[in-house]
Amino acid sequence: MGALLDRGTEIDGFRVEEQVHAGGMAVLYRVTSPGAEFPLLMKVPRLGPGEPASSVISFEVEQTVLAALKGPHVPRFVAARDDAERPFLVMERIEGRSLAEWAERAPLPPEEVAQLGAAVATALHALHLQDAIHLDLKPSNVMIRPGGEAVLIDFGLAHHGHYPDLLAEEYRRPIGSAPYIAPEQVLGVRCDPRSDVFALGAVLYELATGETPFGSPTTPATLRKRLWRDPVPPRALVPAVPEWLQEVILHCLEPDASARYPTAAQVAFDLAHPADVAVGERGLRRRRAGTGQVVRRWFKAIGFEPPPCPQPSAYAAGGSIVLAALATARADPAQTDAIREAVRRVLAAGDHTRLAVVTVIPPTPDLGGTAPEDTATAQRLKHRVLLRHWAEPLKLPGTQLSFHVLEASDAAAALLEYARVNAVDHIVIGAPPRDVPLRGMLGAVATRVAPDAAPEPLQLLRLLGTVSTKVAAEAPCTVTLVRPRAPGA
Amino acid sequence: MKLAILADVHANLEALTACLDHARAAGAEAFAFVGDLVGYGADPAAVLDVVRSHAESGAVVVRGNHDAAVVSPGAETMHRVAEEAIAWTRTRLDERHQAFLASLPLLVRRGDLVFVHASADRPADWTYVTDPLHAAASLRAAGTHYVFSGHVHEPVLYYTALAERPIAFQPVPGVAIPVPPRRQWLAIVGSCGQPRDGNTAACYALLDLERERLAFQRVPYDWATAAAKIRAAGLPERLAARLERGE
Repeated sequence: MGALLDRGTEIDGFRVEEQVHAGGMAVLYRVTSPGAEFPLLMKVPRLGPGEPASSVISFEVEQTVLAALKGPHVPRFVAARDDAERPFLVMERIEGRSLAEWAERAPLPPEEVAQLGAAVATALHALHLQDAIHLDLKPSNVMIRPGGEAVLIDFGLAHHGHYPDLLAEEYRRPIGSAPYIAPEQVLGVRCDPRSDVFALGAVLYELATGETPFGSPTTPATLRKRLWRDPVPPRALVPAVPEWLQEVILHCLEPDASARYPTAAQVAFDLAHPADVAVGERGLRRRRAGTGQVVRRWFKAIGFEPPPCPQPSAYAAGGSIVLAALATARADPAQTDAIREAVRRVLAAGDHTRLAVVTVIPPTPDLGGTAPEDTATAQRLKHRVLLRHWAEPLKLPGTQLSFHVLEASDAAAALLEYARVNAVDHIVIGAPPRDVPLRGMLGAVATRVAPDAAPEPLQLLRLLGTVSTKVAAEAPCTVTLVRPRAPGA
Repeated sequence: MKLAILADVHANLEALTACLDHARAAGAEAFAFVGDLVGYGADPAAVLDVVRSHAESGAVVVRGNHDAAVVSPGAETMHRVAEEAIAWTRTRLDERHQAFLASLPLLVRRGDLVFVHASADRPADWTYVTDPLHAAASLRAAGTHYVFSGHVHEPVLYYTALAERPIAFQPVPGVAIPVPPRRQWLAIVGSCGQPRDGNTAACYALLDLERERLAFQRVPYDWATAAAKIRAAGLPERLAARLERGE
């Protein structure tokens, strides 16, 4: 019943080593096991008389949710026992440091905020795709692995769409950490993944300014304020915060969930591409909203009705990231038109879909160019102009569109890496020409064409086939291979 | 041990066979049929033969309102289409089938588990458990940690949490949900023979008694044949059409 465990105690084959942490709800021990392939941590809840009922339930929630989750962004579940005598949970002990250590040093440089934020956003998106929502995101619940990857810990308040929500109350009351919790969560809604996007915004705010956006309210009335009162713009606190970062932070912190980024993946995307963030009113804002707007929000908040609960991953479908891969260096008009039409159809599926238009060009040496148009910058600009021109008929707002000129000798590898890093959901790319069957695949990987040597037609066809077939074979997501209809066919 | 719970088979032999096959492949060794074995569908005799043979090897079988209507004419008022199907069903059953239906109890209690077609609170009233208040009444009357029911055709799991009233959860097919006995659970397992939630696949639930896990299953079955038999039998067209749409 919450009694401390001595070193050397054996429980179900786990040997207790030292106590690592003693928190309000649980005590953590480092444990060992003969067969273990990674370091282990045992969580023993404080149960028994005097402990609140919700701490028992939190422990039950964490067991269920953690056992259902997979991937590098959560601790691996090892074992759990759930009886009154000696309940415990054994999981992977994450090597790395708590994000709280960075928060203590805040304000941090924008690049560091973006890097850490993108890692956390990527971890959140991986969670949301598994139909789970963390609902207690804060710096102390994030571990950063030595490689920079973020791991979410402490799932005691989490929601998983596949399991009954044991923390759902008939009379909805807020549960979460006051400085970070989203407005709808204050009202008891526990099934919206965009609540995590809001908390991520609060974490970014803290890393960028050293302050939390709403202080640390302690009463329900002050907690509710965030439904209508927006935070002081980060740039008003720390002028060194760039406009694009303020835009991202305040976009996450929109009081109305539907005005936020639809997915954490889109936050990660913007943090990874600062130059492509469309800075709008949010990024330029110098002070909080005026009385009129606050009063309007206040009335809206009074009439708030919680929406029905779809599965968390359903949000990802409407906010997916689509990559259109174009060969600007050797454009075939019929092919690029066909790709645009295919992209149009994919975009029609979701209101918040983002389109990244990407081309890969051979690396340009930065030194050798004699004429200005040969320089790397000029090359990149030239291709960017072509991409922009291609996208114009789609009439997408700047917030949903970005252009990327990648330099690499292996186009397929560059596209695949881009898709992986940016959590792309769908790649649209030209199909290999019909008269070049899968031969291209055989010679696939490292066909390198010197930038100045124009490849022969047949070699060129083979190369084109190589890129799309390799992308289709190895992509981490759906790939659409586009082929223009042959004339007269 | 794994226990398969089927409700509202409604004389749909194709759905019943598909669910039983699925359950056996998933390791089910025990079976419970929570009422409405007949009515609506075209195979009452064949379905009763299958269920009776399971009952002889220990399966739990309880009576539903359609089963009751077959053996006690005039006892309940039903809508016209259901009434017509009941009258037709009577003509297809022999004495042994009738006797089997007449022998079924309204409620069966096995340790911490209660099986009842509608509500454990006055089972003969055939109350629809469609909200937390009715779920609470059924759980209170049962006094056990687990209640398995049908009558309502859409699968749902009610559970008690911090709040006093139970909370309704829409299960995700195939997910094994932890159902420890520290709280109460009322599972409406969903209709095997006449799904109505827009999904044509047959419903049943699989309870793993050792691991305390409950999975709601959806099993695609040959509804085209089941619907064709209903039409061939001259039963109301609506009963065939709704199998094709799962409504």
